[in-house]
Amino acid sequence: MTVRSGGTLRRRYRFSRLDVRVSPYLYVAPFFLLFAAFGVFPILYTAYASLFHWSLLESEHTYRGLSNYTDVLTDPLFWNAVYNTIGIFILATVPQLALALGIASLLTRRLRLRTGLRMGILVPNITSVAAVGIVFGLLFADRYGLINWVLDSVGIPIVEWRTHRWSSWAAISTMVDWRWTGYNALIYLAAMQAIPRDLYESAALDGAGPLRQFWQITVPMIRPTIVFTAIISTIGGMQLFTEPLLFGYGIPRGGADNEYQTLAMYIYQTTFTRNFDVGRGSAMSWLLFLFILVLALVNVALIRRGVKGEAR
Amino acid sequence: MSAPTVVRPAPARPAPARVPAKRRAPGARLWEASPLTYLALVFAIVLSVFPIVWSFIIASQDSDAIYDYPPRPGGLLLTNMRHALSNDDASLILGLVNSAIVATAVTVSVVFFSTLAGFAFAKLRFRGRNALLLATIATMMVPTQLGVIPLYLLMVKVGWTGQLQAVIVPFLVNGFGVFMMRQYASSAVPDELIEAARVDGCSTWRTYWNIVLPALRPAAAVLGLLTFMQTWNEFLWPFIVLNPNTPTVQLSLKILAAGYYNTDYAQVFAGTAISVIPLLIVFVLFGRQIISGIMEGSVKA
Repeated sequence: MTVRSGGTLRRRYRFSRLDVRVSPYLYVAPFFLLFAAFGVFPILYTAYASLFHWSLLESEHTYRGLSNYTDVLTDPLFWNAVYNTIGIFILATVPQLALALGIASLLTRRLRLRTGLRMGILVPNITSVAAVGIVFGLLFADRYGLINWVLDSVGIPIVEWRTHRWSSWAAISTMVDWRWTGYNALIYLAAMQAIPRDLYESAALDGAGPLRQFWQITVPMIRPTIVFTAIISTIGGMQLFTEPLLFGYGIPRGGADNEYQTLAMYIYQTTFTRNFDVGRGSAMSWLLFLFILVLALVNVALIRRGVKGEAR
Repeated sequence: MSAPTVVRPAPARPAPARVPAKRRAPGARLWEASPLTYLALVFAIVLSVFPIVWSFIIASQDSDAIYDYPPRPGGLLLTNMRHALSNDDASLILGLVNSAIVATAVTVSVVFFSTLAGFAFAKLRFRGRNALLLATIATMMVPTQLGVIPLYLLMVKVGWTGQLQAVIVPFLVNGFGVFMMRQYASSAVPDELIEAARVDGCSTWRTYWNIVLPALRPAAAVLGLLTFMQTWNEFLWPFIVLNPNTPTVQLSLKILAAGYYNTDYAQVFAGTAISVIPLLIVFVLFGRQIISGIMEGSVKA
């Protein structure tokens, strides 16, 4: 038999106290350290780099204060990219969330093959953005595209999708809508299932039809979720890059007259092609960050007020 | 967003009890699926599936058949796939292998660190726990894509451009995973179990490894699936930091498409099919889990 000496016991006790005290921090530390290194630091460093004349081609970086920002704000191509980004974002988000709400309310019903239907709705989301860009690029091709073939066969003149602003926006928005509607529908479905059913029953007893129930019970009850999806869509939509890039054959210019060049594309073009202007690219990144922040707040305010108005 | 709650919805809502027709409450009509409901859903699914099916049809044709309408499936899918795989510029096979390596590494790391931190947040008491948890949630709102320029400079400095670790290391953790594991651990691991382990002299690490980790397995699997698919599909960052000599599968696709625009669509589409098939297989096998993961992960506010 082993006899434990007092020393070992004390050491064990001390270890166990240390363990209880320190372990929690050790366990959450990797997340915070890695996020600080690869999430927070780059964003702060972007702010720093935006104050310099800084090119990847030169080793000297000279301080120039806020000049990068004034340059950017007086650059018509920057505003063009802002306009495109917001336009595509609205076209891509409003129908997407509306459709998702509709699909989700259908999915709350008692259905056969429930999992099969949900999977069918979600399948676009598991395909890669690159594949979507390539496939829709051909769907919206000028001469041999399926969409133009359909238009032509019903007697509508075909559209050169990449030459007009409206048509390129529509095509790119379609890609985004296609990929994300089902995902948002599932998120809404989860929120709708948490609504107590008695609410609907008493509303029905009071004579409210399905549409009124939808607007006066479902929508107000899942309002936080709608705000959440709107914010997530804003963050994604403001950074839209891959779909328009591949729609334009992989060229960041976004059309002959930059008809569909988004902000992310313009930042990429400025920073990683041409003059490799890191300073200017960083300034634009920060402005984009501010846009996202403002838009997220506007989203919250609009949806809060809109839904309250409906409920009254 | 308000503070997170511990409440999770039951993954599958128990089907409402069947009530004889005459006694059914007036509201019940809303929950019945009419043929119109099915029709609308089937229409939505057709729209969802159609581009994928169409791309497979194109991939199965002779490349000249692209000009024939309406599209009809051909018998050349495997031939076209072979062409796509042997395209030297795109190095699709290398891309597939690289993507498998990257996605596996990121998935293992995300699941490990997320379960570890999720366990700490859910079951251990420490000073600053709530503040740190809120900070974790806030990280989910940070558009990290805005940091790619300095991240690129950093990679240049450490000499990682064109190397796989450049697309692995920055993604080793994410806030969503930590939060998801925290929510699951709160409800799936009883406090008594943790207490009992402690009384028995279990160290915190052994408690995690022997008790918490097995209990978290279902949720960890879902997190793993979501992380794997997301990493597999990543485009922007590999596009910036890697080069055609070390592509991921998405980069190979882009090279394939850019090199062949206007010419061999069949080969390009066979390439996209190759890149999508692994995901489709995962989706068919684990669709139910992926859906429940998305639905549960979304309940945050």
